Amino acid sequence: MGRIKRPKLAVWKFSSCDGCQLSILDCEDELLAVAGAVHIANFPEASRAVAPGPYDISLVEGSITTPHDAERIHKVRRSSKLLITIGACATAGGIQALRNFKDVREFTSIVYANPSYIETLNKSTAIGDHVPVDYELRGCPVNKHELIEVLSAFLNERRPNISAHSVCVECKLRGNVCVMVAHGTPCMGPVTHAGCGALCPSYNRGCYACFGPKETPNTASMADRWHQMGVWNQDVVRAFRGFNAYAEPFRKESEQHEE
Amino acid sequence: MKNKMIKVDYLARVEGEGALFVKIKNNEVADVKLRIFEPPRFFEAFLRGRKYSEAPDITARICGICPVAYQMSSVHAMENAFGVKINGQLRNLRRLLYCGEWIESHALHIYMLHAPDFLGYEDAIQMARDHPEAVKKALELKKIGNELVTLIGGREIHPINVRVGGFYRTPAKSELGAINERLKWALEAACDTVKLVATFPFPEFEQDYEFVALRHSDEYPFNEGRLVSNKGLNIGINEYERNFAEEHVEHSNSLHSVRIGHGNYFTGPLARYSLNFDMLTPLCQQLSKEAGLGTTCHNPFKSIVVRAIETVYACQEALRIIGQYEAPEQPFVPVEAKAGTGYGCTEAPRGILYHRYRVDDQGVIKDAKIVPPTSQNQKTIEQDLRRYVTMYMDQPKDKLTWQCEQAIRNYDPCISCATHFMKLEIERE
Repeated sequence: MGRIKRPKLAVWKFSSCDGCQLSILDCEDELLAVAGAVHIANFPEASRAVAPGPYDISLVEGSITTPHDAERIHKVRRSSKLLITIGACATAGGIQALRNFKDVREFTSIVYANPSYIETLNKSTAIGDHVPVDYELRGCPVNKHELIEVLSAFLNERRPNISAHSVCVECKLRGNVCVMVAHGTPCMGPVTHAGCGALCPSYNRGCYACFGPKETPNTASMADRWHQMGVWNQDVVRAFRGFNAYAEPFRKESEQHEE
Repeated sequence: MKNKMIKVDYLARVEGEGALFVKIKNNEVADVKLRIFEPPRFFEAFLRGRKYSEAPDITARICGICPVAYQMSSVHAMENAFGVKINGQLRNLRRLLYCGEWIESHALHIYMLHAPDFLGYEDAIQMARDHPEAVKKALELKKIGNELVTLIGGREIHPINVRVGGFYRTPAKSELGAINERLKWALEAACDTVKLVATFPFPEFEQDYEFVALRHSDEYPFNEGRLVSNKGLNIGINEYERNFAEEHVEHSNSLHSVRIGHGNYFTGPLARYSLNFDMLTPLCQQLSKEAGLGTTCHNPFKSIVVRAIETVYACQEALRIIGQYEAPEQPFVPVEAKAGTGYGCTEAPRGILYHRYRVDDQGVIKDAKIVPPTSQNQKTIEQDLRRYVTMYMDQPKDKLTWQCEQAIRNYDPCISCATHFMKLEIERE
């Protein structure tokens, strides 16, 4: 693919807040360079112009929550040489996956007066549950510098340099004092995937795991520590059921503490 | 061109998924539908059973474009429920954070989403080939807005530093020095933006809207004020639901809002400007005059000029707040949860955003209601399309379709918000 002079890039949206694709427009310093290096062939949030597929790289934002989208993602996959998911919704079902623990019909009646007009699936699922995915970039939202790194890596046929270690490592790199040890603030950092640069602890706040589980997270041990600190079971459940609630390690751990 | 159908299956340069459908029969507009097919998102339901303290982080995820607005409306609503009032530098810092969001959101919409319509480009990247300096300046202006949000909020999308009662961490005075210089540049760039967009061609399209916006006794509104209109509304925000209702219509996953007994209304920059012109700075008032605006503006195509004026205001206001900033002693006021109902309404870049929560004595949310600006404007957008197509029916279909899209983009609609909460079709039969 690196042999292609100006690869075609497409950006697709499923159920989401638009924040991850906005990260592309937020690359103010790099945007015109990116637009020079790739042909932005399909990016409705930014352009009326749509070039037909196939596309060399597709960036996919959002989770699958409707029967229509469950079909549409297969068309996207068929028209894409490489498919990269961006953000917590696309990689883990996102906050919409909170419905997976409840009865969605009840939700529809809370929000909409005439639930019969609404077509939706019982579960919000990751793109990878429906089609093969070439790379998953985490975060709610993604880190725009990581997004540029991933694009750049695929354009140059190398592996993206994205760390899968915990937020704790990022705190150490940044020289932060541990908010859990020093301040007694419950923090999801030990089980959370790096990528934000340890943002919350740098603002005297416990991490709330918007980048989802790290590689091999010891969620049980972290939950024990939280209990020792006096955190109630229901708050442990809430902590794991955030923006990556249906990522398997978080889902399983939250179910351990459900009362 | 007696019968025609205008269809846009996937509206571009808006946030979220929508479509337009206009049907013309015997030279009359028979049907207009702004279809919202963005999947339904159940935020109000997700909030039930969550802690009050989680509301700013959860509701931010309704919209990646205006997360600060969601955070502000939610924290004000919770503080209202608990009887807490935020004053002094903490209040100013919230305003400063909101200035950042207005600058980045307005710069994004003016240059990247709306200006290409006026200049006849498909997008800003095409526009950059002929107008490289303007687009570079736009990106820099937007970047400065984002830098301000990042400085106060931790990051530009879904900031992490906002909490009920204030912030997790407040910046030292010295941390604001660098952004101060950047904002001086941004102010110049924003003034140039007003001058540039004022030269765009605007269709004649003055409408008699009911404008609804916040109004505060001492300032151009961001976080607080009473809800007022040019047609007699003047209420506290806790009276919102007695005055406004949401209707669920079949063609949309968004709810349509109406003022009870009055019908559709208009929220956003035009409404804020027309109801608060006297609260703008002398510079903004002068620039408005030079741009050919009066003290009110009823042409939605000119919203791009008003957004530019508001960008100037946000830069000036940010500079004012930084100029008199002293770090507060505590980053937040302690709050104690108690059972009750709280109301919050703030001015998102695209209009008023209403939140209401009922919480129990443990601070657990029992019930939530959120009304985003785009669902409030949706009925007015459809009315604009109906009138616009009626007036300009004889234009070629491609041109008319594009202008209909532009008429929708006048509102900077955020469809993802509205389907917590769009598609364009014009049919001639």
